[in-house]
Amino acid sequence: MSTIPRDILGAIGGVPKPPSEVVVQATDVNKWFGRLHVLRGISMTVKRQEVVVVIGASGSGKTTFIRCINHLEKIQSGRIFVNGHLIGYREVNGKLVEDRESNIARQRQEIGMVFQRFNLFPHKTALENIIEAPVHVRKIPVAEATETAKALLARVGLAAKADVYPAQLSGGQQQRVAIARALAMKPALMLFDEPTSALDPEMIGEVLEVMKELAREGMTMIVVTHEMGFAREVADRVVMMDEGQIIEEGTPEHFFTNPQQERTKSFLSKIL
Amino acid sequence: MLVGALAVVLLAGCASGEGSYQYHWPYFFNSIFHPDDQILYGLWLTLSISIVSQLIGVVLGVFGALGKMAKFLPFRLLANFYIWFFRGTPLLVQITFFFFGLSVAKIYTWPPIDLFGLHIEGEIQAGIFALGVNEGAYMSEIVRAGIISIDPGQLEAAKSLGMTYAQAMWRIILPQAARVIVPPLGNEFNNMLKTTSLLVIISVPELYTIFSRKQGQYFAPFEFFLAAAVWYLLLTTLWSIVQAWIERRLGKGAAGASANEPGLASRLLGYRWRTSGTGVR
Repeated sequence: MSTIPRDILGAIGGVPKPPSEVVVQATDVNKWFGRLHVLRGISMTVKRQEVVVVIGASGSGKTTFIRCINHLEKIQSGRIFVNGHLIGYREVNGKLVEDRESNIARQRQEIGMVFQRFNLFPHKTALENIIEAPVHVRKIPVAEATETAKALLARVGLAAKADVYPAQLSGGQQQRVAIARALAMKPALMLFDEPTSALDPEMIGEVLEVMKELAREGMTMIVVTHEMGFAREVADRVVMMDEGQIIEEGTPEHFFTNPQQERTKSFLSKIL
Repeated sequence: MLVGALAVVLLAGCASGEGSYQYHWPYFFNSIFHPDDQILYGLWLTLSISIVSQLIGVVLGVFGALGKMAKFLPFRLLANFYIWFFRGTPLLVQITFFFFGLSVAKIYTWPPIDLFGLHIEGEIQAGIFALGVNEGAYMSEIVRAGIISIDPGQLEAAKSLGMTYAQAMWRIILPQAARVIVPPLGNEFNNMLKTTSLLVIISVPELYTIFSRKQGQYFAPFEFFLAAAVWYLLLTTLWSIVQAWIERRLGKGAAGASANEPGLASRLLGYRWRTSGTGVR
C-alpha cells in the first residue's frame, strides 16, 4: 500500500481529530426478537480514532448490536448516539419514537458498514458501486466522485479493477471494493460485521491489511470478528459479548494474557 | 415465393370439386403481401394498444408489488384488493363493463381525445384502460416475485450508504429485479399482442376485428382468419427477437453473462449451434 496524499486521507476520514471526542455512545440498549431477549442492557463508548473489536460466540448478539448502531435493527429501549445524534429515534416524553426515514438515511451517511457477504451491487462495476452513494445521496458531481473513487480503489490495491463487475472479482477483492464503497461517503465511523468470515483463508489477509491500514490512519472502527491476530495488532479495546451482554472488556493484552471470566477463557481457548 | 403461391392457388382450384370449399387464396396472399389500409391500420392499433397497455401494466405492477409489500396497512389492503379483483374477473367482462357499463351509466362516457396529434376514439381508450389495468394485476405478482428474489443484503447495503427506501428500490433493487422480471414480462407481452383481439367486442378496429369483418364481407373465413394468424405470428416473433436483445442487455454483471448466452437463432429455434470454444466461465 502506497502513501496517500493528505487530501485523500481527508476523503477517507483519516485526518487526525481531537482524540477525546466521543463518536459512539450507547447506553443500556435492549432488544428483543419476539420473546428472545438478544441485547440485554449493552452500554459502550467509542472515542474518535478508537478501534474496538467485538468478540463472542455466534448468537451472542454482537452482530445484532453493531447493526443497531446504524439502525438496520430496531431497539426497544436504551439510547445510541453517533456524533451526538440519537440514532433511529426521536425522544417524545421520554419514549423512543422511530425517526423519519429521511433523517435515518442522513444519519447512516456518517456510518460506513461492511458486511460479511460484501453486498456489492452486482449490476454495477466496482467504480459504479463506489460512486453510487456519493453521487446520488451526497449529490457530489460525477467527475469529482469518480476521482475520489479511483483514489480509493488504488488505496485498496484494486486500481486496475475499476470497470470490472463484482461477479468477476474474488471474495477478497469484492470485500476491498465494499470497504472503498463505504469509505467514499467519508464516514465518521466504520462498522465491520465479520468482514472476513465468508472469505477463503488465503484472501483474509488482504482484507485485514486494508483494515489495519485504515486503523493506523485513525479511522474510528467497531469490528465484529473472530480474527484474534487482527484484534491483538490493532484493537485499542476488545469487548467480549455473551448472551446479549458485555461480560468483559479490556486491552488486547488483557484478553490474551489475563482474561477474568470463565466464559471468556473457554471461548478464547477454542478459537486461539 | 410468388410462384409457390400461384402453384398453391392452382392446386386448390383443381382440387375443388362439387360441394367442397372454394378456396380463394388471393384473399390470403393479398392480406399478407399487399395489406390494404384497413389491415395496416388494424396492425398499427394492435401494436400500439399492446405497447401502451403493457406499459400501463408494468407501471401499475410496480406500484401493486410495492403496495403489497408495504408496511402501511391501507396500501397493502388496496394492492391486495386490486390484484384480487382484476385477476378474479374475466377480461372480457372488464372490457365490456368499462366501455358499455360506465358509458351507459353516464359515469364516464369515453369522449374521443386528441393526444400528440392522434385522434383516439373512446373505445380505444376504454380498451387500453381495461387491458392495462388487468395486466397490472398480473404484473404486480411478477414484479413482486422479482423484488423478493433479490438478496435482502442489497437493500441493507443501500440503506447503510444513506439511501432512502425509494432510492434503494429505484436504483438498486428494481434494476436487478428487472433481470428476473423480463422473461415472464416477455410472456405477458406476447399474450397482450394476442389478447387485444378481445377488443372486437367493443368494435375497436384492431387486427382481429378487421379480418373478422373481411371474412364476413367476402365469406372467406379460412383465408382471412389464416391471414390473421400469420400477422399475429409475425408480431409475436418480432417481439421474441426484441426480448432476446433486451435480456442480453440486462445480463451485464451477471455471473457468466456475455459469451455463453445462447444466440438469437438458438433462442428462437431452441437449437444450440456448436461453437468452437468450450465456453468456460
